[in-house]
Amino acid sequence: MSDPVSVRRLGRGAAPYLLSLPSWAYLAAFFIIPLVSMLSMSLAKGNPLVGYAFAWNFAEFGKAVTQYNTQLIRSFWYGALSTFITLVITYPVAYWIAFYGGKHKGTFLFLILLPFFVSFVIRTLAWQFILSDQGLLLGTLKALHLLPKTTYVLSTPAAVVGGLVYNSVAYYILPLYVALEKVDRRVVRAAGDLYASPSATFWKVILPLSAPGIFAGFLLVFVTNVGDFVNAAVLGGPGTRMIGNIIQYNFFDAQNYPMAAALSSILMFLLILAIYLYARVFGAEQIQEYAA
Amino acid sequence: MTDEKTPKNRYRLDDPALIRGLTQPRISRRGMLAAGAMGMAAMAMPRFARADSGAKPTPLDAKWEKWWKEQKPTKELVFANWPYYMDVTDDGKDHPSLDEFTKQSGIDVKYLEVIQDNASFYAKIAPVLKSGQPIGNDLIVMTNGWQLTELLMQDFMIPLWQEKIPNFFKNASPSVISPSYDKDNKHSIVWQSGMTGIAYNPKLTGREITSFEDLFDPKFAGHIGMFTDLSELGSAGLLMAGIDPTTSTPDDWKKAAAKLEEQKKKGLVRQYYDQSYITALENGDIWLTQAWSGDVFQANAKGFKDLKFIIPKEGGMIWHDNMMIPKGAKNPLSALEYMNYYYTPEAAGTIEDYINYICPVPAAQAFIKDQLKDPDVADSELVFPSDEMYAKVHEFYAYKSYDDYQLWQSTFSPIVQG
Amino acid sequence: MSGGLDEGRQSPARWILAIYTGVFLIYTLVPIAVMIAFSFNQAPNGRVSLRWLGFSLDGYRNAFAIGDLTTALIHSLVVALVAMVVSVVLATPLAIALARYRYRAKTVTDVVIFADIAAPAVVVGASLLSLFLTLNLPRGLFTIFIAHIAFDVAFAVVVIRARVATLDRSLDRAAADLGATPWVAFWTVTFPLILPGIVGAGMLAFALSIDDLIITSFVAGQTLTFPLWVYGAVKTGIPPQVFVLSTLIFVGGAALAVANSIVAHRSGRS
Repeated sequence: MSDPVSVRRLGRGAAPYLLSLPSWAYLAAFFIIPLVSMLSMSLAKGNPLVGYAFAWNFAEFGKAVTQYNTQLIRSFWYGALSTFITLVITYPVAYWIAFYGGKHKGTFLFLILLPFFVSFVIRTLAWQFILSDQGLLLGTLKALHLLPKTTYVLSTPAAVVGGLVYNSVAYYILPLYVALEKVDRRVVRAAGDLYASPSATFWKVILPLSAPGIFAGFLLVFVTNVGDFVNAAVLGGPGTRMIGNIIQYNFFDAQNYPMAAALSSILMFLLILAIYLYARVFGAEQIQEYAA
Repeated sequence: MTDEKTPKNRYRLDDPALIRGLTQPRISRRGMLAAGAMGMAAMAMPRFARADSGAKPTPLDAKWEKWWKEQKPTKELVFANWPYYMDVTDDGKDHPSLDEFTKQSGIDVKYLEVIQDNASFYAKIAPVLKSGQPIGNDLIVMTNGWQLTELLMQDFMIPLWQEKIPNFFKNASPSVISPSYDKDNKHSIVWQSGMTGIAYNPKLTGREITSFEDLFDPKFAGHIGMFTDLSELGSAGLLMAGIDPTTSTPDDWKKAAAKLEEQKKKGLVRQYYDQSYITALENGDIWLTQAWSGDVFQANAKGFKDLKFIIPKEGGMIWHDNMMIPKGAKNPLSALEYMNYYYTPEAAGTIEDYINYICPVPAAQAFIKDQLKDPDVADSELVFPSDEMYAKVHEFYAYKSYDDYQLWQSTFSPIVQG
Repeated sequence: MSGGLDEGRQSPARWILAIYTGVFLIYTLVPIAVMIAFSFNQAPNGRVSLRWLGFSLDGYRNAFAIGDLTTALIHSLVVALVAMVVSVVLATPLAIALARYRYRAKTVTDVVIFADIAAPAVVVGASLLSLFLTLNLPRGLFTIFIAHIAFDVAFAVVVIRARVATLDRSLDRAAADLGATPWVAFWTVTFPLILPGIVGAGMLAFALSIDDLIITSFVAGQTLTFPLWVYGAVKTGIPPQVFVLSTLIFVGGAALAVANSIVAHRSGRS
């Protein structure tokens, strides 16, 4: 943390570079260089027995798209749907804590984070317990003859999206809260003073001001969910495989590393594209300029 | 952990209920084992098969003989195995057969339950072995299948010094000697074999299950489990199509895949499961499923007394889990000594009485019956199968090359991955 | 931090939101309640079953009977703590640079941070593994540290930066004008103001780390963390100790929350 000192001495030009250096060095070594090796893997040729060697072989990309386009599209669909549902159900909670939490804001945030004290594998497993055919929820409804014996929720897309939503809620509340907490109360009061209705105040003032939080949450949740395979594996069925399952399958079962690397590269590219489009459409840059 | 509450003497073969029809719920795993076996078909009564295969140790080549003779005995053994694959005391803390080994040999065993499936274990160890580093285990257990073949093809396993495991040649069942995937047991000897058939919950299916045709019954739509393992799934497809998996051809595979695809398209399949199928079956999510023999009995012991296991009339599969010594092992002589110990009726019997798959040591049958006083296990057709039983089950298709394996994979993986 | 504006307002919307938040909290805690309840279920053969077989404290009596599981839990805690501290220390200067300066490398840095967040866990894990293999670095706790810090840093930067961006720069200029050295100004003015961001980033990093399964599975070698152990056990059946240990951790967390609220109460009064 001695940076601010040296910063001033060395002059304003060097300051941001010095401040950036530690993270930069770390990310270069353990994020960028590994990615390069992954990209080169996607262009490799060979098999698990003889090993894989770099060969400018773009064929895996073609195969990846033709074989697995269903799962790619499905992943983005599940990801988008679960992100949207998460946003809708968590926004009021973040709003309430930020505006009405009073002295107990910290406590409420802690309560929101409480489920994190249980590993998400176990939380997902608990949903399997709850949603099981003869489990706490369906079993009870079936015993009351409110549902036919054959009804099931597990193994359906609804179960997978539900699992994704549940596992994302805290990741959306935190950035939303941070953004709403920052909203200048005087601006809100000014809107009221100017006779804006509460709903107009919300839609025209508060929601736009919380856009950075919505964007940060979108980054956290959408990306995690598109690439997830645990919910599909624990709660899903034959028609719910996501691209994460396919990548995992190609790495660990088929040992087709180039295919797995190609799929990972495609997924990465599509996600960056999605984030870029989001930023373009909703003007994340202006939001950040405003924030700065 | 509550075994003491379910006295094992409660259900004996002389219990009239057991002899009558074996439809009564019971608690002890051992009781259920007998029930399952007898439920399959009125099975033969105890036989005391002799090993006597006449197999002899195969000599090592000069290089490996020299290597083995240079090894110094150690007092340690690191054993990597699958979960629930070793006898354990009721409090879950001790493994009596391992303690006995330590007592006899002075070798301390570090027993690790780290292998959950072949593919991911392979993926974990192969890069390490390729780089010439030790994986930290002296003894590993893997199923005959592509990953094992790959390990052997890449020469990652130490050839066994067979002179040091005389008990194997004295006591092993002929069914585990010189298997097709490892001729002359050059690198491996069997830990356990097991069968793949169909498990079901008669309360939910409403009738007995006898055939693969039941896996196409629309009444069970959404409640049928199949395996995600492509060797298992493909083999089931082949058996459904009336083809022997062991000798099948790529054209047969296509027919089998079409059959499985039809089953999926009709919405019959609930999920393609890994080991977790047994939980889904216990929970009632699935009513009938492809299954491994030992799991159902362990489920019975857990309190899920309704579950049954059968070999369908079209046939079932048999597989083998094999002990091997990976290169870089620090205690290879201890590993050999353990292998030799395992192939005694006492050790194999003690372990078998707990895990209930197929015992590779026929003489353990008498030990379990006379010494452990557990005729249910000793008499079980699933633990000590008869020749008729062996005739009903098939060995997996042995992949001839990577391309062969890839073809199988690409034929069947779209079903699971779709 | 005072909610002065809203103190006086008693709109119905406020109460609807309060009730909604309560319901929401219940929803998030239902699976936890299920886990706690089933940690008291009898577990013959050492596996938890969905069916209620009877009340038992055996799981608690033998909470640490599975040595591997206990070790895995310790691994997880150590990894999460180390990753939390290191990633926040690395991320804070970068976050300040990004929020306060315009410089040539800024766009590139933004892209890298975005990419690190956008990189699906599978990608991060697989790419790191290939690097470690090339370097012939044996996998274990050390490589788990490296991997966890690598993904925590980017998240920490985003959270801290959001906080720094809200600050009025004139505050430290004022401090400087009043004769404070930059060092003093940072610790007395800037740091306390961005501390909530740093704490938030640290909490997020800890949560991400302790929960990570996918990346860890690539770089862990034979070392198991708690989620890895449990995910493996999902296939073969969950021993009651998993629910028991999770329950104990959860109760510990809840106790902490209560303590936290009491402390907040007291400091609020003073």
